[in-house]
Order: sequence, then C-alpha cells, then structure tokens
Amino acid sequence: MGVTLNAHFHAGWGNLTMPKPNKETLLDWYRQMVLIRRFEERCAELYQQGLIGGFLHLYIGQEATGVGAVAALGPNDHVITAYRDHGIALARGIDPKRAMAEMFGKRTGVSGGKGGSMHLADRELHMWGGYGIVGGHLPLAAGIALKIKYMEEDGVVLALMGDGSTNIGYFHEALNLSAVWNLPVVWLIENNQYGMGTAVERASGAKELIRRALAYSSEDGSGMKMGPRVDGMDVLAVYEAISEARDHARKHSPVLVESLTYRLEGHSMGDPQRYRTKEEVESFVETGPITRFRSYLVETYKGVEKTLDTIDAEALQAIDEAVEFAKNSDDPTYEDLISHVYVD
Amino acid sequence: MADRPITYREALSSALREEMQRDERVFIMGEEVGVWGGTYAVTRGFLDEFGEKRVRDTPISEMVIAGAAVGAAMAGLRPVAELMTINFAFVAMDAIINHAAKVRYMFNGQFTVPLVIRTTTGGGKQLGATHSHAPEVIFAHFPGLYVAVPGTAYDAKGMLKASIRDDNPVLFVEHSTMLQWRSPVPDDPDFLLPIGKSDIKRKGSDVTIVTYQKGLEYSLVAAEELAKEGIEAEIIDLRWLRPLDLEPVFESFKKTNRCVVVEESLPMFNVGAEVAAQIHDECFDWMDAPVKRVAAMDIPLPYSREIEQMALPSPEKIIQAVKEVI
Repeated sequence: MGVTLNAHFHAGWGNLTMPKPNKETLLDWYRQMVLIRRFEERCAELYQQGLIGGFLHLYIGQEATGVGAVAALGPNDHVITAYRDHGIALARGIDPKRAMAEMFGKRTGVSGGKGGSMHLADRELHMWGGYGIVGGHLPLAAGIALKIKYMEEDGVVLALMGDGSTNIGYFHEALNLSAVWNLPVVWLIENNQYGMGTAVERASGAKELIRRALAYSSEDGSGMKMGPRVDGMDVLAVYEAISEARDHARKHSPVLVESLTYRLEGHSMGDPQRYRTKEEVESFVETGPITRFRSYLVETYKGVEKTLDTIDAEALQAIDEAVEFAKNSDDPTYEDLISHVYVD
Repeated sequence: MADRPITYREALSSALREEMQRDERVFIMGEEVGVWGGTYAVTRGFLDEFGEKRVRDTPISEMVIAGAAVGAAMAGLRPVAELMTINFAFVAMDAIINHAAKVRYMFNGQFTVPLVIRTTTGGGKQLGATHSHAPEVIFAHFPGLYVAVPGTAYDAKGMLKASIRDDNPVLFVEHSTMLQWRSPVPDDPDFLLPIGKSDIKRKGSDVTIVTYQKGLEYSLVAAEELAKEGIEAEIIDLRWLRPLDLEPVFESFKKTNRCVVVEESLPMFNVGAEVAAQIHDECFDWMDAPVKRVAAMDIPLPYSREIEQMALPSPEKIIQAVKEVI
C-alpha cells in the first residue's frame, strides 16, 4: 500500500492572466522554500533540546504549496491558515527572526510570545494568523472576505486548510456561506494525505476532496467554482493554479482548489507514525518539492548551481541569525501577561 | 426632551437603527433578520430601510454566523450578529470563546473584535429542554468577552448602543419573555450606558437582592410583598455578567448584612456562587447570615406548563429565601 498523488487540471480552466514569473522570481521562490525547510529542521532540533515548547507542526514536504500559493497574491490580498503555519508565515514575508522568537516564547516574537508555533500573525502583511482549532479559521476567512466586498476593496482571501479540516462543520458552513454571499475567497485544501494519522480515504466520503466544491455550486454555474486538483509538490503548478483562482475569486465567485502534497515529518513532534511505512515516506523524499524545483532550475538556467548553493548557504545563515536573535531576546513580562485581554 | 415609555423590543430596535444610521460599518447578519424581520420582530422594516448589504440573512449555520462575524470585525467592520436563541449559541461556542474572545490576546493585540452577538435567553415558554435555558453565565467564564443582560427597556437601549460602539466583543443576551416590558427611555441618539456597571433598582435596608433579567422581574414583585410585612429589600440589577460590577453589592451588604441572589440559570456553578464567594472575600465581617441562592431547579426543563413553572424561580421562592436570611 502506498500513496500516489494523482493531480489533474479540470477542463475549462481559463488562461493565466498574471505575467509568467521570471528567473529572479523563481530564484526567490527557491530561496523561500529552502528557508522554510531550514527553519523547520532547526525548530525540530530546538524542540528536542527543550528550547521550543507546546505543539510543533512542521511544514517539511509542503513548501511548494505554501510558497507557490502565497506568491500568487498581491499586497492587498489576505492570508489565513491553520496551525501548520510556519511556512505560510515565512512565505508571506514574516521575518524569520520574529518567527523564531515566537517559537522561543519571547516578547520579540510576531505574537509577543503569547501565540506560539500555531499562532503566527502579522496584521501589516495581511497575514491573519495560524489557528489551532481545526477549521476554526475558515469562518474568519469568510468574514474578512465580507469586509473586502462590503467596503468594495480590491483583494481576495487565501484560506489554506489541511485535508482533516474538510470533515468538520466549519468547513461546510464557511464554504457554503462564501457561495451564498459570493465572497472573494480562494479556499485551498493542502491535502497532505493524513489528518493526523487517519488517511484521507478513511475519513472522507469523497476521496478527491476537490469534489466537495460541487456541494456549493449550481448547474447554472453560480456558486462555488471547482478549481483544479493541483500537484502540490510543484511550485510552478501551485502558483499557476492559485493565480487563476485568485483572478476568478476577484471577478466572479469563490473557488476551491486542492493541492496534493505530502508531509514528510510526523503530524507534530512525537508522532510515532504507525499509520504509514518508512518506504512510503522515502518515496516522497526523492521527489520532494525542493529537489524537484532545484532540478527544474538547473535544467532551465545554465550555470545556476552556484547561485543556488549561495542561496542554500544564506538560508542556513539566516536561520542561525534567527536563533541568535530569539535566544538573546527578552521574555515577556507580567505586563505582557495581562495586556490585550480587552481593548482599554 | 422627555423620556418616552417604550417596550424592550422597541428599545432594541431603535438602538440598532440609530447605530446603523450613525456608522456605515455597522451591519446585521443572522437567522431571519431580513425578510422575516427578526424572529422576535426586532429588525422588522430594517431590510427596506438599510438594504441587503447591511441586513444580511444567513443560512441556519451558527458556527459561521459567529465565526464570520469575528472575521469581519477583525477586518474593520462592526457586525451585529444574531443567533436566534442562546440555545443555538452552544453550536457556535468555539467561534465565540476560542475566537471572538481570544484572538486579540493570542496575537498580542494585533486584532480588535468590535462585535456584538445578540441572542435571546430564558425558559418558561413550554419549549422543552433544549430550547429552555438561561445559560449566559457559561459565557461569562471567559476573559476577552463581555456579557450583557439588560432587564429593562432603558437598559436594553443604552447598553446595546454602548456595546455596538465598544471595540470589544459583547454577547448581548435579551430575555425572550421581557420584550413587551415598558420603561421610559431617552430619545437622545447618544444615550449610552457605561459597560460593566450594575444598577440599584430598588432602595432598601433589610436585605440585598442581587439579580438580573427574569430574576429582576420576580424580585420587584417579591419586594412589594415583603414591604407589606415591613421588610425592605434593596435590589441590585447586575446588568452585565462580565465585566461584573459588585461594588454596589458590597456597599449594600455592609448595610443589610444579608443577601439573596436570584437568577433563572441552574443552581450549580452559577452567578449566585460567584457573588457569594466574592461577598465572603470582601464582606466577611459584615455577614449575619449565609448568602442564599434562588435559581432554577437542577433538572432539564420539561414541556408541561405545570411542572415547568415548578422548576423555575418565582416571587414566592424569593420571599421564602429572604425570610430564611432575616
């Protein structure tokens, strides 16, 4: 038994309206993906050393989905996600120093050390946070999109979620409301094959989660648009899919997209992973998103290896600096403990 | 301008209308708020007056009504979301408690949630166990949220307007059997009552009755009966379960040395438990009798009128409790 990722685009998907990314952009995506990978690997080490507490859900294996999806957004767009949020936060531009400081529970963290790993937000960047309750952020996404529509602003909300969240009431209610009110949301299921330890087909009546879109769409074409089921290990494919979806959500209706990806680490730290074999995991390491993207870049741009090596080295250095910053930052104070319960 | 007696329902309606006229960002969303005109007719005529953009009917989906309202509030709108009854707020509890009340703290003050969730409470209408509750005290357990429990038209108007203008999330609990209650209410469009201030509804020197909503109605009746026997009760209407303002209670208790707490919620872990504990902390040296609690009986409410009324607080039960502490 093993998992295969059968991605396909649905017929009738329009033409990409955003400009094709240039070399510089692609190198920046590569930089982001490597930065996320190194960040996560370091977090795992620090967790083992007892320097990071609480839950820790790593994004290793899913970098192409986060980076490709966020790259398709503009500065006026909005991002919200679940608790596996480090990759999304870094892709949206949160400083790794402030992200790492949050892991350490320091007052210089993005959430002042009060949120932790699952709750990274930066209002200025329109990164509305990671959320720890499965599906709990999906209605919030609908509400943020309602504000865009109400104030007649330009922008969409990209709401990322795991496959596990598609089986909770929040998912149904939020997607339905977005269709009824025609809200500008791109709903993106990051299908990493397991909701904690339960495989998708053991938890969902629809094995292809993208089919859920049909439940909120009508024969006359109104309601939710069923977007593609995209190869989530291919950053270019994700970028293209979300670019199209964003365009559609701005002009027409909410869209559901499914990204087929794979979580290379456990659900969270300390997961014994009895629900899958080592061989299965190994098979995805070989075709992991960073390996694949690097090969693509090397094939496409002659002599780019040196640049890529430099990017790799710089990512490591950025993480070292982030850890130094976090270690040297102050703990929150009693004043921090009691502040922000209410608006005074 | 003279105060005009209006009903509790009219007070709610006019508060909503005035705040919507004052601020474009204020809008209503919820079950049957638009075409139907509100299941308790509070928003009748609003759809015609304000249009579909600002009076938004929703599916019967409490999780997303509350959750989307939180998101809209975080993003800068000022939603007034309506859950038909507080029984359905149980379905939306995660959105209210884990999100409305916590996102500000959890993200270190980056977000504000200027949200009002209106709902109705109360039993005694033969609606059976799942639709007959006064469980607002549950929501008062959580920091980050305010819980409003107005007991008169005057309070309903001033408190709702203040809630809509405040930047914190408020669960605004209206009593379903008090909608026809009348009291004089100012016409002033800026009539606001302070958040978290209780109110002395009757002066007295013999016993302090602490209560709200249905308990207030019954306590006022009981107090008139007690007065005939020469017992003068001081009645303090909490008006808010959070912020909970017990200063007037302590002051009153130091004068009467006796207290009865009256509420329609269940008898364990209720408002009375909190008030009694705080009186012990603050007024131990002034106690002449244990603090008594009058609440509903510790059972789900039945359908049959005869036995449903038996399970609820009443003026008679209040009179009996007062006599036990005198």
